[in-house]
Amino acid sequence: MVKFKIDGIQTEAEAGTAILKVAQKVGIEIPTLCYYEGIEAYAACRVCNVEVVRGRRRRMVTACNYPVSEGIEIFTDNERARRTRRMILEMLLARCSEVPVIKQMAAKYGVEKSRFGYDPKEKCILCGLCVRMCSEIVKANVLSFAYSGTARKVVTPLEQEMATDTCIACGACAHVCPTGAITIEDLSRRKGEVPEFFLGPTTAISIPFQQAVPKVPFIDPESCIRMQTGGCGICAKVCEPEAINYDMKDETVELDVGQILVVTGFQVFDARQMAQYGYGKLDNVLSSLEFERMLNSTGPTGSRVLMKNGKEPRAIGIIHCIGSRDEHHHRYCSRVCCMYALKFAHLIKDRSQAEVYQFYIDMRAFGKGYEEFYSRILDEGVNVIRGKAAEVVEATWGDGREGHLLVRCEDTLIGKFREIPVDMVILCAALEPNADADKVAKVFSLQRSPDGFYLERHPKLDPMGTMTDGIYIAGCCQGPKDIPDTVAQAAGAAARALALISKGEVFLDPIRASIDENLCGGCKICNNLCPYTAITFDEVKKASVVNETLCKGCGTCVAACPAGAITGSGFTDAQIYAEIEGILADAGSK
Amino acid sequence: MSFEPKIVGFLCNWCSYTGADLAGVSRIKWPPNVRPIRVMCSGRIDPTFIVKAFRQGADGVLVSGCHPGDCHYYEGNYKALRRIHLLKRVLEQFGIHPDRLKLTWVSAAEGERWAQVTKEITETVRRLGPLQLKE
Repeated sequence: MVKFKIDGIQTEAEAGTAILKVAQKVGIEIPTLCYYEGIEAYAACRVCNVEVVRGRRRRMVTACNYPVSEGIEIFTDNERARRTRRMILEMLLARCSEVPVIKQMAAKYGVEKSRFGYDPKEKCILCGLCVRMCSEIVKANVLSFAYSGTARKVVTPLEQEMATDTCIACGACAHVCPTGAITIEDLSRRKGEVPEFFLGPTTAISIPFQQAVPKVPFIDPESCIRMQTGGCGICAKVCEPEAINYDMKDETVELDVGQILVVTGFQVFDARQMAQYGYGKLDNVLSSLEFERMLNSTGPTGSRVLMKNGKEPRAIGIIHCIGSRDEHHHRYCSRVCCMYALKFAHLIKDRSQAEVYQFYIDMRAFGKGYEEFYSRILDEGVNVIRGKAAEVVEATWGDGREGHLLVRCEDTLIGKFREIPVDMVILCAALEPNADADKVAKVFSLQRSPDGFYLERHPKLDPMGTMTDGIYIAGCCQGPKDIPDTVAQAAGAAARALALISKGEVFLDPIRASIDENLCGGCKICNNLCPYTAITFDEVKKASVVNETLCKGCGTCVAACPAGAITGSGFTDAQIYAEIEGILADAGSK
Repeated sequence: MSFEPKIVGFLCNWCSYTGADLAGVSRIKWPPNVRPIRVMCSGRIDPTFIVKAFRQGADGVLVSGCHPGDCHYYEGNYKALRRIHLLKRVLEQFGIHPDRLKLTWVSAAEGERWAQVTKEITETVRRLGPLQLKE
């Protein structure tokens, strides 16, 4: 620790700490352009000039990289510091006359004009922050300085316009550039956005959303610079509890369980499949999940309803049944859309001045309290139009200056074709089975109904059981349903599982195969047929024997036994012969 | 009166029998010519059952199991497939037209398909006429 004075304040710090850092701690503001926490200071812009007094010696130093030492006195804003700073700012203004941050900083120090001319096109102050970011932190080594003297500039390899091969498109250079001289043309290579919520990019390390459980950040390995190039590592440096571990890997955990609840949920219909609504083509045509994200108080707009240009929409259209109740896509009703569409309308009215239009086929307010909510929405002045919208197109207002969207539809209640101008359209896309539902079904021996959702054992008597004992289904993997229905079904399925656990023993169906040792010739055909390996050969008895706990009673071995030595209880040959005789009693045998 | 064929249907418990049940629950009409017998798995169907059915006066036999890969017992339907194909060749030697025996896959969710399958075999057997077996 060394003791010194800064602007008259007696303070102390670790020897070697830069003046700028000490000033920040004490609360003194020193202007700077090229200083960036985490990147080694380079003193390129020289705006952070301060005067340091040691005994009788006074000198100007750059605060970002000059270390404090015992007994010095620092003046960050005295006349000499201000005069030096004014000169530097005047020269910067001459180089980059149209960069807002430089203009503002110059104006603050009373530098209105430059005696050295102007260059309105130049934006780079050659501080090299981007170069050091790229080589020291990101370790991608794309950007570098080229030429010398007045020709000096920052270039990409071979001065290509776009650094296509080596650039990992991390955006770090654009992020640190103090003057906005670097732009990233295409960030599509930058991963880390959740496609459904494409309302803005996120960082490589982030907490997915504020209500996430557990609420801890995760690293997206594909966009993490550390994992891509071995550079950066800033998050580990700033994390005081040292919780960040780049070596963590996904692992597969094997558990022995007796029962399984399959609650794999749904995915949302991709509205791009219905091109007439312009999703993915027109700005401000949003999917319901995107809009839900926008309404979230921790979402990208902080719960404000905004268009892409940052303005509030004047009118919003909500189109129901996108991909559901549609013979070309899904014939079923998604059940939840009507009610969340009404909730959207309510929240839009609450948070903005926009008119709301609902385009619906049938309003299905089926649950407890839902119809009352529907009436409340109508009282709030939401316009409801019965009729499926035909298309959404771009249009302009009368004066042709301001664009908006036009929803074309037939109002079936008045029997007229209508065109409604809106600024934003929300598409209530269908819930559909997950894309990998068939793979999951194979794993658990589940069956699927024609709509692709998992099939329950019985629609009325066993709505959470499946054809496989000990496997239950609940929620939207069984069919579209809202939260109360999902909770009810899941609670039922959990109770079913608990009932078996508390009973402690499993009852088996009495349908089993058994082998008559005296008839068995020991051919072992059945041994290989059994899918459960329940049949083994007893070398002492010279006959095959069935393990009754493993046997599920399918009867394949019964049908295959050439000696007729195997009996399938409940389905013996004699019983089936009798059945055949019975149902053909009127036919007369031949 | 037109000829009404008598067809014995062997249905596996998990897919086809449930599918036929679904057809009933959904009020889908399917021909009463098909008379179902439930077995646990299509792999349980011993070829002698089918021969027995023809001997007892059936004009056709329908065997229906789970779709390949969907068998409740993993692979019983593949075993049925093997056996039925062999049996068809034997039946032909007995003078029984192989089309009188049909193997098909109907899942528990396919009530519509069950109605379709039963209509098809009923029409096929109706065209072939009553089964005439010589002693």
